[in-house]
Amino acid sequence: MDVYKRIIPCLDIQNGRTVKGINFESIRDAGDPVQLAKLYAEQGADELVLLDISATNEERSTFLPIVEAVAAQVDIPFTVGGGIASVETAFQLLRAGADKISVNSSAIQRPELITELSGQFGKQCVVVAVDIRKTATGWTVHTHGGKRDTGRDALEWIVEAVKRGAGELLITSMDGDGTKNGFAIDFYKQVTQRVNVPIIASGGAGTAQHFEDLFTETTVTGGLAASIFHYGELPIPELKQQLKQTIRIR
Amino acid sequence: MEVVIIDYGAGNLFSVQQAFKRLGIEPIVSNDSDVIKSASHVVFPGVGHAQTAMEQLKSKQLDVLIPQLKQPVLGICLGMQLLCESTEEGNVQGLGIFRSNIELISDEVIVPHIGWNDVQFSDQKGTNAYYFVHSYKASICEDTWGICDYGQPFSAALKRNNFFGVQFHPEKSSEQGARILTEFLQQ
Repeated sequence: MDVYKRIIPCLDIQNGRTVKGINFESIRDAGDPVQLAKLYAEQGADELVLLDISATNEERSTFLPIVEAVAAQVDIPFTVGGGIASVETAFQLLRAGADKISVNSSAIQRPELITELSGQFGKQCVVVAVDIRKTATGWTVHTHGGKRDTGRDALEWIVEAVKRGAGELLITSMDGDGTKNGFAIDFYKQVTQRVNVPIIASGGAGTAQHFEDLFTETTVTGGLAASIFHYGELPIPELKQQLKQTIRIR
Repeated sequence: MEVVIIDYGAGNLFSVQQAFKRLGIEPIVSNDSDVIKSASHVVFPGVGHAQTAMEQLKSKQLDVLIPQLKQPVLGICLGMQLLCESTEEGNVQGLGIFRSNIELISDEVIVPHIGWNDVQFSDQKGTNAYYFVHSYKASICEDTWGICDYGQPFSAALKRNNFFGVQFHPEKSSEQGARILTEFLQQ
């Protein structure tokens, strides 16, 4: 049988609190991350993503204790990301109980990081996160919370990241993020033709239908969302119940 | 009861430790032969590369100690794989407890195998889902205890005498995973 499709809530964490931006800006407070992670696990989330979006080192120091607390209290796997630029930082986070490490901008700046992490921890541990946006020249890679267009072709970068040892991809469509207009299905179709690693789609989830479309029209194995879960618009049990009729959902 | 988790430098011990704590057990994390030998239950975890892990085991002479253990031993993920005969990952010779060989998952399916999948245990009715994250799989053999079908059937769990092994992560598999750990402690 194929693996169960995964429903993955994402917690953006800044200065010890969960926050969520609409189009990566105008941040609102969504509460204590450990409590939220616990709640999602109890509700049947298949996995969690914790992203440290702290801007300063002082804020960043609040992240490690949260990772430890989540690992202690939550019995489902979780990926951590945000500002990881070295094997040492990754090691600390894995030691604190994270299951997977997600790298984004730092891998674009220094692609060898993917190879280093994958060599050290195994590629099943290395998630490469890619923020994409459709521009006049096609889908390009964006950085700095989606504000900066690198001009780099998204598909090319994704293929390179996998060659360098990415074991999983977390692809966020910036056009979709926070807008709830559905996942960027056309792009995911293109990606799954080029690479053979698990993909988590992110950006644009608003309804159960959006997840159903993602899982029926593409071979993507995970769907990630934040605000619809944080604000109770589409609780995980309700979403999974609806999807179970047509999709292999746990 | 004294549960010892073998620390040989192959990461992710914290999660396994925490899973036992949630069951009310305070496990000891150690690479000391005497501590490991005196345990009532030994847990042999592991994440990473087989070759590196085997070198670390050898440097602490744990490759000699582990096969001699008489108490219940539970290998998790890479730990389970290292208890097998051999692994394609770095062409490493395993500790030879389970009569299984570790092979790369065929790329006819998405690799790594990441996510929840069903396991059929030979001594249980019905299936339960557990969390997997791996690129190499254990072949089916006489020690196969649980089967997962991903592209092809593979050994998701192995059992021989006092040795148990699971490819999935019981410490990350919610209440189903906690049940596996509880049953291990009852051995």
